[in-house]
Amino acid sequence: MNTTAQLIPARLRSGDMARVASVGLRTRRLRAALSALGIAIGVAAIVAVLGLSSSSQAGLLAEINQLGTNLLTVTNGQTFTGQAASLPLTAPAMIARITPVTKVADTGEVSTANVYRSSLIPSINTNALDVQAASLNLLPAVGTTIDQGSYLNAATATEPAVVLGAAAAQRLGIDRVYRGERVWLGGMWFYVTGILKPALLAPEIDDSALIGYPAARKYLDYSSTAANGTTTNGPPTTIYIRAQNNQVNAVDNVLANTADPESPTDVNVSQPSAALTARADAQGAFNGLFLGLGTVALLVGAVGVANIMIISVLERRSEIGLRRALGATRGQIRAQFLSEAILLALLGGAVGVVVGAIATTVYAHTKHWAVVIPTEAWAGGIASAILIGATAGLLPAIRAARLSPTDALITV
Amino acid sequence: MSTPDTSPTTTLAETDRTSRDGWAGANGARPAVLELHEVTKTYGTQPPVPALRGVSLTVCQGELVAIVGPSGSGKTTLLHIIGTLDLPTTGTVRIDGIDIAGLDDRELAALRARSIGFVFQQFFLAEHQTVLDNVADGLLYAGVDVRERRELAAQALDAVGLADRQHARPTTISGGQRQRIAIARALVGAPAIVLADEPTGNLDSVTGVQILELLQELNKRGATIIVITHDTDIASRMRRQVHTRDGLIVSDTASPPEPASASSTTEDLP
Repeated sequence: MNTTAQLIPARLRSGDMARVASVGLRTRRLRAALSALGIAIGVAAIVAVLGLSSSSQAGLLAEINQLGTNLLTVTNGQTFTGQAASLPLTAPAMIARITPVTKVADTGEVSTANVYRSSLIPSINTNALDVQAASLNLLPAVGTTIDQGSYLNAATATEPAVVLGAAAAQRLGIDRVYRGERVWLGGMWFYVTGILKPALLAPEIDDSALIGYPAARKYLDYSSTAANGTTTNGPPTTIYIRAQNNQVNAVDNVLANTADPESPTDVNVSQPSAALTARADAQGAFNGLFLGLGTVALLVGAVGVANIMIISVLERRSEIGLRRALGATRGQIRAQFLSEAILLALLGGAVGVVVGAIATTVYAHTKHWAVVIPTEAWAGGIASAILIGATAGLLPAIRAARLSPTDALITV
Repeated sequence: MSTPDTSPTTTLAETDRTSRDGWAGANGARPAVLELHEVTKTYGTQPPVPALRGVSLTVCQGELVAIVGPSGSGKTTLLHIIGTLDLPTTGTVRIDGIDIAGLDDRELAALRARSIGFVFQQFFLAEHQTVLDNVADGLLYAGVDVRERRELAAQALDAVGLADRQHARPTTISGGQRQRIAIARALVGAPAIVLADEPTGNLDSVTGVQILELLQELNKRGATIIVITHDTDIASRMRRQVHTRDGLIVSDTASPPEPASASSTTEDLP
C-alpha cells in the first residue's frame, strides 16, 4: 500500500533550475534586455563614480609620492603677545646640522614690496602676489623645477633679477622669458630670468616673485642686524626641509627646538604632503550626489523589473498551470519566478559593472591616472543587483505561486 | 498529416504498472487507480453554487473511460478533482490508492508528478523548446535526470508515431502532431492515470479521429486513460462511458458489471 510518506516532491536539479529560471529571458529577449537596462545604468553609474574618485585619488597620491612625503616646513608663528615672530637668522644652518636632514632651503617674505606688470599699474592691484627672498637651493627642496629661463644664481641673486612662480607669471601676463623682460617690483624694474613650474607641495611659491636675499637687502631694504652689529640679509620666514624618509617624524619632533631654541613655541612646523594626502582621502565625500543619482537609477530599474515580472506572471498563466499539472509545487513556481527576476537583475548588474569599469578606464587613461575600481564598487554593484532582483521579484513570484492550478489553466 | 499509425515498438506502459502494489479493487483482479466516493464540490458561498452533487466513480487500471456531458454538467470540475488540481468540498478521492484528503500542496504536487498525466485541449507546448524537450518536461518535476528524461521522451515520441520529429519546434508542425506531442508528454512518466481534457477540441474531425485511435492504441498497451468531452460521438468510441449532468453521474456503462451495449444514447444531448 502506498503511503503518503512516499509523496515527497523531487527537488529540481541545479541545471533544470537554471533552465527553468531562464525561460522568460530566453523567450522574450528584447523585453528582458530593456528591463535589465535600468539596473545596468544604475550599477554603471555607481561603479563609475566610485571608480573615478578612487582613480583620481590614486592619481593624486601617486603625484604626492613622486614629489616626496619627506618635506617639512618651518614658518614663523606668533609670539606670546600676538605679534608676528621672526625666525632666527641661524635657523637654516642649525636645522641643516640635524643628521637625517638632507636639504634645507628658505624664503623670506618681503612684505613691504609688491610686484606689478609695469609702473603704470595702480598700486592696489597687487594680484595677491608676494615678493620673497629665496635661497639658491630652493627648487630641489620644494620639489619643483624651472619651466623657462633659469633660476637665480650667486650673481643674479645680488642684482634686480626675479624668478616668477607659475601662478605669479600667469597673473602678471608673462608666458615666456625673453631678454629685457621686466616687472615693476618694490618701486623699481626687476628683470625676469625664469618662470617656475607649479610647486604642488609649496603652493605659496607659485604665488611669489622670487629674488635673491642680497638683492632684497640691497634694493628693498630687507635686512636684519647681526649679533656683532653689522647689517646682514633679512630673516627667513619659511624654511623647507627634506629629511630621510624613515626619519621624518623624528626630525619633525626636534625642528621647533632647533629652529628657535629660545622660544620654540613661536615656530610652526608642518608637513605639506600630510595635508595633501588628507585632502585626497577626503575627496570621496564629494561623490554623494552622484551616488544618490545612481541609487535613484537603480530604484527605477527595480520598479522596471518588478513591473516586467508581474506582466510575465499574468502572461504565463497557462505555463504556470501546466507546470502545476506536471507536478510543480508552489515553492517551485515561486523559486522559478524569483530566480528569473534575480537572473534578470544580475544580468543588468553585470553589464553595469562592465560599462562602469570601461568608463573609469577610459577617463583615467585620459588623465593618466592608475585605474582603480574598488572592490566595494563592483561587488556592491553585483550584490545590490541581486538584492534588487530578489526584492522586485518577490511579489510577482508569490502571486505566481498563489495562482491556483485550476485558475491558471483557464484560457480565454 | 497522415502519419503511418503508431508502430508499437516500445514498452512504454507495460514496464511498470504490473509491478505496482496498488490498492486492489473490489474484484481483486485489477487495482483501482481512481476512486471517487460521494464527491461534492460547491463554489462560492453566497449563493453557493454546487458543481458536483455526490459523484461516485471507480476506474481500474487499464480502463479507457469517457466522461461525457454537456457544458455545465460538472465534468470540468470533475477533471480538476480527479487531477488533484482542486479539492472536493466533501467526499473522498483516492488516486492510485492514496487518499488525497489531508495532503498538502507539496504532497499533491508529488502525486501529480508521479501518478497523473494531463492532455489539454490547447496542448500547452513550449514553443522555444524542441519536441523532445517538451515531452521530456513531462518528467521535469519527477526527479529524473535530464539524460534519462530525454531517453524516455524519445520512447514516448516513438509510441505516438513522432520519432522522426524529435528536433522540430512545436510551431512548425500540425495541430494533430502537437496533440500527439502533448499525449507523449502525459505518457512519458507512465502515470497511473492519463487525463485528457477535450483532446480533440482544437482539431478537425479527421485528425480528431486519429488522436482517438492513438489513445485507444495506447490503452491497449496498458495505459489507463480518462477522456473528458462534451462530444457523444467521441464518447461512443470508448469502451466505457460515464454521462454526467447537473453535477451527477446519470449513467455509467460499466458501473454494474452489466455488459450494456455501448450504443450512444440520445438522452445526453443538451
